[in-house]
Amino acid sequence: MHKSPDEYLLYCEDVTKAYGSKVVLEDIDLAVKHKEFCTVVGPSGCGKSTLLRLILGQERISSGTMLIDGAALHQPSPDRGIVYQKYSLFPHLTILENIMAGKQLSQPLWKKFSTRKTARDEAMVYLESVQLAEHAAKYPHQLSGGMQQRVAIAQALIMHPRVLLMDEPFGALDPGTRETMQLLILEIWEKYGMTIFFVTHDLEEAVFLGTRILVISQFYIHETKPPEESHGSRIVADYKLNDNAYSTRVKQTAAFGELIQTIRYEGFNPEVKQNAHDFNLTHSDSFVTYVGEK
Amino acid sequence: MKMRISLFKGLHAEPPPWLRVALAVLPFILFLAIYLFAAEIRHQENPQDKLLPTLTKIALAVEKVAIDPDPRSGNILLWQDTAASLKRLVLGVSIASIIGFFLGLNMGLLPGIRGLSLTFLTFIANIPPLAILPILFITFGVDQLGKVMLIILGTFPLIARDIYLETSKIPTNVVVKALTLGASQFGVIYRVVMPQILPRLIDTVRLVLGAAWLFLIASEAIASQDGLGYRIFLVRRYLSMDIIIVYVLWITMLAYAFDIFLRLLVSWLFPWYSAGKKD
Repeated sequence: MHKSPDEYLLYCEDVTKAYGSKVVLEDIDLAVKHKEFCTVVGPSGCGKSTLLRLILGQERISSGTMLIDGAALHQPSPDRGIVYQKYSLFPHLTILENIMAGKQLSQPLWKKFSTRKTARDEAMVYLESVQLAEHAAKYPHQLSGGMQQRVAIAQALIMHPRVLLMDEPFGALDPGTRETMQLLILEIWEKYGMTIFFVTHDLEEAVFLGTRILVISQFYIHETKPPEESHGSRIVADYKLNDNAYSTRVKQTAAFGELIQTIRYEGFNPEVKQNAHDFNLTHSDSFVTYVGEK
Repeated sequence: MKMRISLFKGLHAEPPPWLRVALAVLPFILFLAIYLFAAEIRHQENPQDKLLPTLTKIALAVEKVAIDPDPRSGNILLWQDTAASLKRLVLGVSIASIIGFFLGLNMGLLPGIRGLSLTFLTFIANIPPLAILPILFITFGVDQLGKVMLIILGTFPLIARDIYLETSKIPTNVVVKALTLGASQFGVIYRVVMPQILPRLIDTVRLVLGAAWLFLIASEAIASQDGLGYRIFLVRRYLSMDIIIVYVLWITMLAYAFDIFLRLLVSWLFPWYSAGKKD
């Protein structure tokens, strides 16, 4: 059941990540097409943020294959942008300078002043697209959490990354701000046409935003290892989601609620353990390279 | 009923502005009063007492060292000594800051540099600087260089270690973020992290200035022809407590002024620094 790596933006086969003897991710097989909005959910400690850091190049895989555009992964670089939950902004720069940072840092130091004007104008455009133009001269600590995250998104966008990685970006925001931000990120995804990997612990958010949802969980029965032995997390469910509705009203529909219940049952309940060959991998891009004997 | 708020006592005390000023001034007044009282008693017994000079005698000493030129050299001693000492202090602390800052910054970010220098630096930092003063005097001479070297060697390990710790606290996220924004390795160190650590350097210098003064005065006391420390230890031979007191007060005021100046410099140059830290 192999897939051809060339057709996909991200291609992982048998990817394992371990810290010493502790295996976090085990046998991850994943193929993601370009322009997918891929949300990643799972119980805490399942390694969903680890998967994101692997894609980013911040950490290295322990074994397996991980390709981006058919090429092996390297150090973090401008083709993959990142928005963290915290510490995404440079505290010593104003909001405008934070957004300009990408344009300036990718230039040699001696071009800093000659490129300043164009960088400033371009940054203003992005700042306006996240509706923060009037805060250009402020420092990050003077803005609310929601505003800081909007700046962080604009800061990543200015580099036109092919992939935008988001690690619980709205995790610290209040519900109202959260919903506004969800609509904003859908708008941006539509407008700039990049692939988004979005890690969240909020199932509702994941189902609402994504075109594809990956459930990563350590709660399953391993083919070979006995239950008392610890094993790493795997993708236990993989769904194609409906095309994004640009209204938060879909969150009230029955189908929406049912899907959330199913995912919670499949991935989040330590009492419920599926066999590895019973995983609900219905997405057409989903594949598994090895499943033990029944 | 209005809640009674204590002015002074307890965890929840809220001293009003006038009381804050009064509280700050009070220890000074108390100390001065005790001193003057003791000086008065000693002078009633012996008008020639040198141990606790009265205000009049201190005023005369100020005139002698800070206003009238020295009969032998024709210079005004206090200014001559201040210029000589400050030159050594500023030179030593500046060089120590530059070495300490770049060493600490690179150690904090580059595992190779850290592996090379952390253990050695920790070892060096534990050498009592005054214990190697004879070595410095033998090696670099009893002139300027020996004294400046003592200040450098005494303060740079403190600065380097503090900057190293501060740099280590920079979240990995910041470094990775800079890389995704196209920064080179050089750019991460000197364009992203360095500007965030600079205000800390000024704070660190404020802390090590105390040690720098100690090394300065100690080296001047042992071998020198001028300088604030030299003068204090010279007039000690004649029990000139009045001049010593004038010099000590002057040194204290200089050090205090430096501290205030550096604090204002931080808030003026880096407005984001102290405000952002409170989160």
